[in-house]
Amino acid sequence: MSADLTRRSAAELASAIASREVSAVEVTRAHLDRIGAVDPDVHAFLHVSDELALAQAAEVDRAFDAGEQSASPLAGVPLALKDIVVQKGVPTTAGSKILEGWLPPYDATITRKLLDAGIVILGKTNMDEFAMGSSTENSAYGPTRNPWDLSKIPGGSGGGSSAALAAFEAPLAIGTDTGGSIRQPASVTGTVGAKPTYGGVSRYGVIALASSLDQPGPCARTVLDTAMLHEVIAGHDPMDATSIPQPVPNVVAAVRRGQADGVAGMKIGVVKQLGGQGYQPGVLSSFRSAVEQLQAAGAEIVEVDCPHFEYGLAAYYLILPSECSSNLARFDAMRYGLRIGDDGTASAEQVMSLTRGAGFGAEVKRRIILGTYALSAGYYDAYYGSAQKVRTLIRQDFEKAYQQADVLISPASPTTAFGIGEKVDDPMAMYLNDLATIPGSLAGIPAMSVPSGIAADTGLPVGLQIMGPALGEERMYRVAAAFEAGYLAEHGTTVPQQIPALEGTAR
Amino acid sequence: MSELMDSGLMDYDEALERFDPVLGLEVHVELGTVTKMFCGCPTGFGAAPNTQVCPVCLALPGAMPTVNRQAVEYAIKIGLALNCEIAELCRFSRKNYYYPDMPKNYQISQYDEPIAFGGYLDVDVDGETVRIEIERAHMEEDTGKSTHIGGATGRIHGAEYSLLDYNRAGVPLVEIVTKPVTGTGKAAPAVARAYVAALRDLLAALDVSDVRMDQGSLRCDANLSLMEKGAPEFGTRTETKNVNSLRSVERAVRYEITRQAARLAAGQTIKQETRHFDESTGTTAAGRSKETAEDYRYFPEPDLVPVTPEREWVERVRATLPELPWLRRARQQAEWGFTDLEMRDLVAADGVSLVEQTVAAGASPGEARSWWGSYLGQQANNRGVTLAELPISPTQVAAVVSLVNDGKLTAKLARQVVDGVLAGEGEPDQVIAARGLAVVSDDAPLQQAIDDALAAQPDVAEKIRSGKVQAIGAILGAVMKATRGQADAGRVRELVLKTLGVDS
Ligand SMILES: [Zn+2]
Repeated sequence: MSADLTRRSAAELASAIASREVSAVEVTRAHLDRIGAVDPDVHAFLHVSDELALAQAAEVDRAFDAGEQSASPLAGVPLALKDIVVQKGVPTTAGSKILEGWLPPYDATITRKLLDAGIVILGKTNMDEFAMGSSTENSAYGPTRNPWDLSKIPGGSGGGSSAALAAFEAPLAIGTDTGGSIRQPASVTGTVGAKPTYGGVSRYGVIALASSLDQPGPCARTVLDTAMLHEVIAGHDPMDATSIPQPVPNVVAAVRRGQADGVAGMKIGVVKQLGGQGYQPGVLSSFRSAVEQLQAAGAEIVEVDCPHFEYGLAAYYLILPSECSSNLARFDAMRYGLRIGDDGTASAEQVMSLTRGAGFGAEVKRRIILGTYALSAGYYDAYYGSAQKVRTLIRQDFEKAYQQADVLISPASPTTAFGIGEKVDDPMAMYLNDLATIPGSLAGIPAMSVPSGIAADTGLPVGLQIMGPALGEERMYRVAAAFEAGYLAEHGTTVPQQIPALEGTAR
Repeated sequence: MSELMDSGLMDYDEALERFDPVLGLEVHVELGTVTKMFCGCPTGFGAAPNTQVCPVCLALPGAMPTVNRQAVEYAIKIGLALNCEIAELCRFSRKNYYYPDMPKNYQISQYDEPIAFGGYLDVDVDGETVRIEIERAHMEEDTGKSTHIGGATGRIHGAEYSLLDYNRAGVPLVEIVTKPVTGTGKAAPAVARAYVAALRDLLAALDVSDVRMDQGSLRCDANLSLMEKGAPEFGTRTETKNVNSLRSVERAVRYEITRQAARLAAGQTIKQETRHFDESTGTTAAGRSKETAEDYRYFPEPDLVPVTPEREWVERVRATLPELPWLRRARQQAEWGFTDLEMRDLVAADGVSLVEQTVAAGASPGEARSWWGSYLGQQANNRGVTLAELPISPTQVAAVVSLVNDGKLTAKLARQVVDGVLAGEGEPDQVIAARGLAVVSDDAPLQQAIDDALAAQPDVAEKIRSGKVQAIGAILGAVMKATRGQADAGRVRELVLKTLGVDS
């Protein structure tokens, strides 16, 4: 019974709870039990909010039993919240020692929206420190393991959220995507993750990495679940000045349309620059079969040329460190978090310095130093200035491409999950994981990863990236849903259904 | 080291013979908006520490700013009143540096795209109009406030510990920066003072700030450099902070002229540095050295979108601009019938609004000017304070005027009443009662004094009776002495003549 509940989709759980087939408390307890059983191996969670979650579920049950109008189509469904999103009274660390023990006194806008929708927040998921990384190995609290193979990474920075989905610890999760931190973890864990159009989901209460790139988004094991969660968290927020004053896109309807009508008549562009060199053969062959499947379903496949994408990685690694060097300046031991050396003799400056030295990990320091340098007088134009120009050129590449195609596709990640420890000493190799996802981040367009299959060479899942034009979430979801349905029709199973059973040894 | 090499001060006139001063004034004004620049916290002065704060202005993880439209409107208003252009698109930037009273460790400011630029302010200096060119006016947020405990100076250096109050963090500021002001010569200190005074009056008239220099809602940094007469380039400048009154602006500039002149004359260089003005000594002292040139790593604030004031909005704001202080002054001068000299003295003494309020409370313009311009002016001088700082209100001055007009006080008594008010003895009525200053208007005691005087000086009485009325002075003197000056001399004269049966 309990195991059965954790394997269901969010949509199924929501209707089972709404019809009172099961209670929200039962569903929550099943997932908490699953976390208890497998998380010692997976380590997807940094904090599990057992009591809060059960109290929330009980409130959903009470409301249903009292015949009150359901708050949302996902009422009572559990969710794993990335530890970069603040939740009042719940420890929030962003994967860093510098915030160890901090209890936020306020809720992020998305946290508030989730709670208002009756979604049960199970706890906070592991991540690369301040979302800097592609493997979750940069977490100050130890790595998360990939449920497909516990010796592999679950992607990053949102590896905790993707692993929680793949380990059936939660049917829904929140990620944040700056250069691929939703899409790449989804890709390497065989789950679904969407980065909305920049400004589509409020950043208020999401600890900033690079403000002009950060975008929270929904994650799940199915496209429909992802779309349902998307509609809960999206929408204009007056607390976020970069939030778009637009209505929430009708992505659930778009999914239904994709499931019913497929992609017949749609033009799908394959980006010439996102493939080939640097991509694993198993990834490329999975991508080719995805293209064939879409073509067979009636889509017209065109190749599009985006010549400036090759500068994307370089531009990204100037813009991101620049912004983060400034965003992370607030962690200074004065008002919250870690404080080192405050023995009554040290100056404020010394305490700041000692705290930042002890509290930040190596990758964070690397990027702060890079960014500080890139913004320095005399270097600004050559680095930050040039990177912004590249950003404009990439945006123009996308605009031209969308004149030829409704959506663009590519592999979401150049490789399948690699081994834990394999790339930790090679930052450049780590940065290359985001090769395919960075252009979409720089342009602020919506993009998502859906599983395209299992790589023949590694036996691990591969992600298909679908990119829409700005505010083009609906066509992106339509293609994703059609592809997912086509895969099921062709293989008789979905990729998440092939995740190996994790029989946890609760310690 | 600079202290060891201190070359003292040069005589002011000598300094001005050799060097031309170049001024630059940066004025920060705290806007009087209800809420802060980037969050909804209140801005009131004097609340208990750290009670006007929220996740945004405390820079809690995840919090981000949103722009206060009222503050933008105030900035536009200031820009328009300073004859500036208002940008069609401008941006906020981050100014990065670490300081504990700045929660984000960057200040959201404007860098290369200010909201207002290219204006001017005409300032009256001793009857001459000096045009001060305005480089820019830009929006930014204030920092919190540090209080350094222990240590001698109240500065961070040598303090045992510091207390932080973030109530002020995020309060909206507009910084108004002049272009270099040249060619003012000896008048440089007066020009600096007149500019800040004019700006203060303008901002008060715009109703965008309470412009209290003593509370820090108007703060002035005075930049000064000297150039050898005929030199092609400006010299190295210093920036003097902590200049908290108009008088200090003038003194600080004057001091820097004499200090820099002495160094330059001794073949020493001027260090580009921040200096602090010491109100008690009238001197400036080196603060943070800028030799380790701070690099603020400005870049566009990615949490905010550009500010694009629509032209209709700008024109709506323009339409609300009040009568400008100098136009108002011209109108008042005409209404009050003051001469140019009288008006100029009044402006110089910062007494225009005091006279205005005194007139509003019922005094005639001439009476009001006479009080504020002479007797109260002397009192302010003696105490080393401004007219406005004297502990007497325009209403109280008007009350004294009215008592004189009603014959209840003589001019001499009126000054004593004012002295009493200034000494904190209460309202004019209370002072009169307590000091027993009322004019003796009851004829009975006067008659008694007159009779006594006439009896004591029968020869004088006889002279008067015989028509030598000018001899009455001796009797008047005696009566005034007997009544301790509280008698109305006119009435006494009438009574003396009546007593002696002489027609007046
Ligand atoms: Zn606030």
